[in-house]
Amino acid sequence: MTMKQWLLPGLLASTCLFSIACSAGPIENYSPVTSDRLKNPEPGNWMLYRRTYDGQGFSPLKEINTSNVKDMRPVWTFSTGVVEGHEAPPIVNNGIMFITTPMGQVIALNAKTGDEYWRYKRQLPDDLFQLHPTNRGVGLWQDKLYLATTDDHVVALDAKTGKVLWDTKVQDYRKGQYLTLMPLVVDGKVIVGGSGGELGVRGYVVAFDADTGKELWRTFTIPGPGEPGHETWTGDDWKSGGGSAWMTGNYDPETKTIYWGVGNAAPWPGDSHPGDNLYTTSVLALDPDNGKIKTHFQYHPNDSWDWDEVDAPMLVDLQRDGRTFKSLIHPGRNAIFWVLERKPDKINYVAGWPFVHTDVWKGVEAETGKPIVDPAHKPVMGKRVEFCPSLWGGKDWPSAAYSQNTKLVYVPANENFCGGFTGEKVPLVAGQLWLGTKPEDIGLKVRPGATHFGELQAWDPATGKKVWSHNFPKSQLFGSVTVTAGDLVLVGGTNDRMFRAFHAKTGELLWEQKTNSGIMGMPIAYEVDGTEYIAVQSGWGVDAQRIQDALATQNNVGIENNVPQGGVVWVFAVKK
Amino acid sequence: MSSPSNKTRRTIILTALATAVHASALRSAGAEEDPPGSDLRPQKADVLVFAEGDHEGEVIKPDDLKPGGPPVRAWPKDPKTSVVRKASRLNEVVIVKLDPAELDDDTRPRSADGIVAYSAICSHAGCPITAWMKAAQGDKEVLKCMCHNSEFDPRQGAQVVFGPAPRRLAALPLVIADGSLTIAGPFIGKIGAQQGG
Repeated sequence: MTMKQWLLPGLLASTCLFSIACSAGPIENYSPVTSDRLKNPEPGNWMLYRRTYDGQGFSPLKEINTSNVKDMRPVWTFSTGVVEGHEAPPIVNNGIMFITTPMGQVIALNAKTGDEYWRYKRQLPDDLFQLHPTNRGVGLWQDKLYLATTDDHVVALDAKTGKVLWDTKVQDYRKGQYLTLMPLVVDGKVIVGGSGGELGVRGYVVAFDADTGKELWRTFTIPGPGEPGHETWTGDDWKSGGGSAWMTGNYDPETKTIYWGVGNAAPWPGDSHPGDNLYTTSVLALDPDNGKIKTHFQYHPNDSWDWDEVDAPMLVDLQRDGRTFKSLIHPGRNAIFWVLERKPDKINYVAGWPFVHTDVWKGVEAETGKPIVDPAHKPVMGKRVEFCPSLWGGKDWPSAAYSQNTKLVYVPANENFCGGFTGEKVPLVAGQLWLGTKPEDIGLKVRPGATHFGELQAWDPATGKKVWSHNFPKSQLFGSVTVTAGDLVLVGGTNDRMFRAFHAKTGELLWEQKTNSGIMGMPIAYEVDGTEYIAVQSGWGVDAQRIQDALATQNNVGIENNVPQGGVVWVFAVKK
Repeated sequence: MSSPSNKTRRTIILTALATAVHASALRSAGAEEDPPGSDLRPQKADVLVFAEGDHEGEVIKPDDLKPGGPPVRAWPKDPKTSVVRKASRLNEVVIVKLDPAELDDDTRPRSADGIVAYSAICSHAGCPITAWMKAAQGDKEVLKCMCHNSEFDPRQGAQVVFGPAPRRLAALPLVIADGSLTIAGPFIGKIGAQQGG
């Protein structure tokens, strides 16, 4: 052995003491991610936000199933070292797991053992003002990862080492622009949408070249002068009208169409921004090649409730009313369960019904799909208005799931919450809260006689009937749902820190495990070396915590504000 | 997306939020043109000026503050150059006049006739501290960040009494000199939000 050979290991060890990216890496034998793999992912992998482009949140794995889930046990855990809301699904590519946490951290782990390969920590600016300090995951392409950051950059990392390959500024975080979503990768384009709807922004979706970070196109969700839909705005309201695109879109490769959910109008009271306000509270059908808006559907015009509809609709081939059609299914924050038909140039309304109590809607117009509003419950300037459901809606951003086995949709719903606020003219200052009311004036009220709050619901989209529901008497339900071919519905979301598995057909609670914190993260299923694993991040915060704060101060509800924070990845398997 | 909640604890509102942070946004837009010294942290012997309202930019005197609150938002100002240090939102402070007998032994020496000053930037996620409200637990009024409901007791060094904030607000020691509120030393404690990881 030469002197150089003697010195090198010691030098590397010393370097590792000061490096944040050398725990066990680099990763060897990484599986490059291609368009074909994203369109048809192997059953054991979870490489997109909801595993597949259709957004169904369905895993074909069934080694863990209704018969043996009672024997499911933790096999490894990993502390992220971060508090606040951990909302990202673990992303798994052939035995490599990538997790993201609040504050722009990415950690690469051995999905079988939990050993760390490398870690990337975003150095966020000291003066950053984050209303939603979270992150929802990394996108994959070839041998790269893509992270969207709260200081409004998109960063490409080497999947094997965590090294930064490119870093593109999107907009100025000082003006309320930030990013919280998992980038959607389509054929070499990294596509993200902006957050910041409460901060006086104009929403957008933007695509970057996956290799270089060069911007390819940008489509504003609020049309400017001369663009279709601009006539639905009054004066200059469009310049700061909200319409954030907080969440990852879904994709139909057959028609090359992205379906992207768009957020609420700003400020909140509708009479402060007269008009239908396209494309707020809508789903946009976008061409991934150029960002062109092919068509849209607006869930409700002139939003006044902060009911953004940012969770993209699921793409499901649906049999209903004697025909099979390509549907979009979206349990809305506005309390309506939407069934739509997607055509290349049109989105048609098929059906819509309330899935939780609402006093806002009198019905839905059969021809147009436009909800009929009760003006007594529509917030306006200068007057306090109460409405049900609450500001957090019937289902907030946490995603529903669709089972290809049962043909049912599983919804993380909240029932018996109402809310209200007094509309107030507030001067617009870009980058600062701009709600159209005082934040101190926003209320959450429990309906008299309420017996529960969170509801895990199973709906048949073919009939519009609720098949089963599981009620949570002492907790909201604020976590995404995943369903497997083993007929397991997996969800956290409650304030008792539990992670649960329900029977997809009956709703029977089959298994539960208390975790370190509350679970806002999205469960996944994956496989390594022939063994199926279930994984989820536990880490309470953001809106789940805000609801908890409100519940804890409600009289006679008896709910304490004692959910601990701190992120941990939990991985489970059935003991063999 | 969703926003802060909870009306039941509301009592006195410090000020409308957007108005409260108006000055801090203005300095962001023109940051490149800010005069030298405007982004320095508060310096010993700086005076404090109103950050908003009809008296924006005017030097704050003890009698300008109402005993028991509500608090006032302020910027440091170099009395020699007249430069207001508002090029960084991390320089914004919130001051409140309290009964000196209510202050704990660490807080009292930093105060001037019961007037205490703290960073206006929440230690949780960097939101501005904007409200003066009854505490979620207890009946005294506290400084509150409405973004994520963190509460800080100004009588006890702005220690966290509710919410997700991981640590107290940075304190700014004060004295009264020539009839004006004057900074007696640099911030005590870390300014701004936590970093993850």
